[in-house]
Amino acid sequence: MVGMVPADPGVGGTPAAARLDRESAEWLRGLGEVGPQREAALARLHELLVRIARGEVARRAPRLRISGPELDDLACQAAADALLAITGKLGQFRGESRFTTWACKFVIFEVSAKIGRHFWRHPSVPLDAEDWDRLPGHFGFDPAYQAEWRELFAALRRAVDTELTPRQREVFVAIVLNNVPLDTLVLSLASSRNAIYKMLFDARRKLRAALAANGYLRDDSSRRS
Amino acid sequence: MNGWAELDRFLRTDTRDVGCAQAMEMLHVYAELVAAGAPAEQRYPGIAAHLRACGPCGEDFEGLLAALRDDAY
Repeated sequence: MVGMVPADPGVGGTPAAARLDRESAEWLRGLGEVGPQREAALARLHELLVRIARGEVARRAPRLRISGPELDDLACQAAADALLAITGKLGQFRGESRFTTWACKFVIFEVSAKIGRHFWRHPSVPLDAEDWDRLPGHFGFDPAYQAEWRELFAALRRAVDTELTPRQREVFVAIVLNNVPLDTLVLSLASSRNAIYKMLFDARRKLRAALAANGYLRDDSSRRS
Repeated sequence: MNGWAELDRFLRTDTRDVGCAQAMEMLHVYAELVAAGAPAEQRYPGIAAHLRACGPCGEDFEGLLAALRDDAY
């Protein structure tokens, strides 16, 4: 958990076994068989995963520097890896959703991971570059009003240097200054999405508190967004 | 000047945020609720808070939701 309150009801717990819908039960039965019936179920599932992966990379394509056959390869690899993940986790399916929704979640995750890996292999900027001049533009500050926000960013930079741990600073610089995808940083730092997000979460909280303490932002850190 | 609001929004944290691991664990349940028009945010406020703040998890959620709403699915 990142925040300070208990998790949502049902999150992370062991809910009572849900009643399976007919289609989900058929999927589980087919994948639990041996021989041709299992092969047929696997082929159907793979076909579904490829279709979902292709749709997902197409949805994300306008924001990526990948296209054509390379993008389709990425989708096919994501589907193949998701199929492996799903067959290895069948016992973890609790029937809280349709089986296909649960299965499609894994192919979406695989697409994210593969895109992160692609950026890691082909970075557009060094992960540790520090171009502070880009930061105001990143948040949409108008250069014409630089006199009004110059001090704010000087204070923000000071807070980054003095309030954050070295690891939090590294994560902040990579993600916020350099626009490195979080999933790429996961690979670069041999970490997890949850751990990197937690570091950025704590960094955001510290930086906001520092800016509020110095009068640059409203001091209502306890307010929920 | 929109920059102030955008910076404030980015730095603001929500104590209900459950983090990536729990959001990813329940993403299929949450997405089905949203696709069905059920009050997912009320039932899972911590996941909703997380999906608003975490770009990668938010992107995964949008992708899963798009798949659920796709006729081909």
